[in-house]
Amino acid sequence: MGKHNIKAEIVSQKKLSTDIFDMTLNVGDMAKEALPGQFVSVYVNDGSKLLPRPISICGIDAKHKTVRIVYRIAGKGTELLSTYEAGTRLNVLGPLGNGFNMKNEKAILIGGGIGIPPMLELAKQLKCEKTIVLGYRNQDTFLKEEFEAYGEVLVSTEDGSVGTKGNVIDAVREQAREGSVIYACGPTPMLKGVKAYAEEMGLEAQISLEERMACGIGACLACVCKSKEVDGHTHVRNKRVCKDGPVFDAKEVEF
Amino acid sequence: MNLGVEIAGVSLKNPVTTGSGTFGSGEEYSEFVDLSSLGAVTTKGVANVPWEGNPTPRVAETYGGMLNAVGLQNPGVDVMIKRDLPFLKKAGAAVIVNVCGRTVEDYIEVVERLSDQPVDLLEINVSCPNVKEGGIAFGQDPKALYEITKAVKEKADQPIIMKLSPNVTDIKEMAKAAEAAGSDALSLINTLTGMKIDIEKRDFLLANKTGGLSGPAIKPVAVRMVYEVCSTVKIPVIGMGGILNAEDALEFIMAGATAVAVGTANFTDPCAAVKVIDGIKSYMERHNIEDIRELIGCVK
Repeated sequence: MGKHNIKAEIVSQKKLSTDIFDMTLNVGDMAKEALPGQFVSVYVNDGSKLLPRPISICGIDAKHKTVRIVYRIAGKGTELLSTYEAGTRLNVLGPLGNGFNMKNEKAILIGGGIGIPPMLELAKQLKCEKTIVLGYRNQDTFLKEEFEAYGEVLVSTEDGSVGTKGNVIDAVREQAREGSVIYACGPTPMLKGVKAYAEEMGLEAQISLEERMACGIGACLACVCKSKEVDGHTHVRNKRVCKDGPVFDAKEVEF
Repeated sequence: MNLGVEIAGVSLKNPVTTGSGTFGSGEEYSEFVDLSSLGAVTTKGVANVPWEGNPTPRVAETYGGMLNAVGLQNPGVDVMIKRDLPFLKKAGAAVIVNVCGRTVEDYIEVVERLSDQPVDLLEINVSCPNVKEGGIAFGQDPKALYEITKAVKEKADQPIIMKLSPNVTDIKEMAKAAEAAGSDALSLINTLTGMKIDIEKRDFLLANKTGGLSGPAIKPVAVRMVYEVCSTVKIPVIGMGGILNAEDALEFIMAGATAVAVGTANFTDPCAAVKVIDGIKSYMERHNIEDIRELIGCVK
């Protein structure tokens, strides 16, 4: 076990939705060590861009030595990434971060926006009964059909064009779904909502955070979040999203 | 072939160390790099007590560079002594500890605590642009720099390296002040103060508004400053600022630097420092250079 710093080859890439791309990378032995909720640092082939793009792992295929990443164009680096074709080789560092702590208890999986992709591999690997809640802006949905293979899928959209109008918590409440553990990834306001909901219902919630990163391995201290407990590195209350996370017990994170 | 160099009486097996703040205390990178193969590990800045650092976002990418405003988050010298220094010793690395503080007393407390520790050199950070007190305040006025250098030098057991800021009108004046106050060596450059604005959000990228610019974007400025300083003072210089590869490192060495530090490049490739060492070796082979010291300051 360990992190791999490799040249990975793109096996395939396709566009899934507006600004959302789906890439499969041959990553060798990294694949068999990757866990749901972990991420990879992807480096684009452009010397003017020094930092890696941290992208969550959407799918793991140990047999074919591949990982799948589904990402949104968020700037020039991911825009460049989206132009690469099969056969292009990229530097990739991973697997990084801790991943979800998978429990065999009735689960609610919640993904919002570009926080949806990491929930797919989790949905696949969690063997328990589960409800999957996906939040989109509008009818421009992605990955929804793939989730349906693993459990009941509820959808919320901001404009109400598909499923519940509102956010993912509105969908959970409207459908009165129950579970013992919530697993969630999405934008900060959504995760705040998940934390509040879990507290209200007395549920465990594991939330996956996003923050601007540099090293991706816990050394530079760029991507910290405020934590309730003193952190293990600096002994203040700053946990490192890239190394101590990105998945945290919601009780642990102070927004 | 000799790659060894000497800084203030301390022998380094090669001239390549790490830029403070880009390599932690080495532990995270030890998975990728044999720390004992480096000339030295330069640690992230350490203060007398733990510092929380700045709010996030703390980093932003720029064209050919990056801005950071981490704000010197660090666990304090006690944790470093208990956890990081024994680790580095076991790894067989030469160690340069970067020291930061808000007041002169803070710096002195740290160097005194480190006096009996396995530390080879002390790099005194008087050039961090991201903290309100201390840091750069000592590094932008020759008189203030002279005073703090003298005060730290008096109490330090290991040789001291004052780390200079490029955010000054004339870096030669700063170098002279540090040398006159007894600094054993100098390192330069720290980051250049910069800013990035998100035009969609109409807001600053960094929570701190400003941050320190590093990476290849600043390299020509750094090489020029190293050249100016090496032409002005007699003490050895560790050159840094945007070194990505051996070619970059050799520019600094030819400009007069006795050693170099690889910083932001660690984020682009965790093995960057080792690749710089290997690249210097192959350059020397290609050009039949027996001793790296032949190249130091060879461009006049």
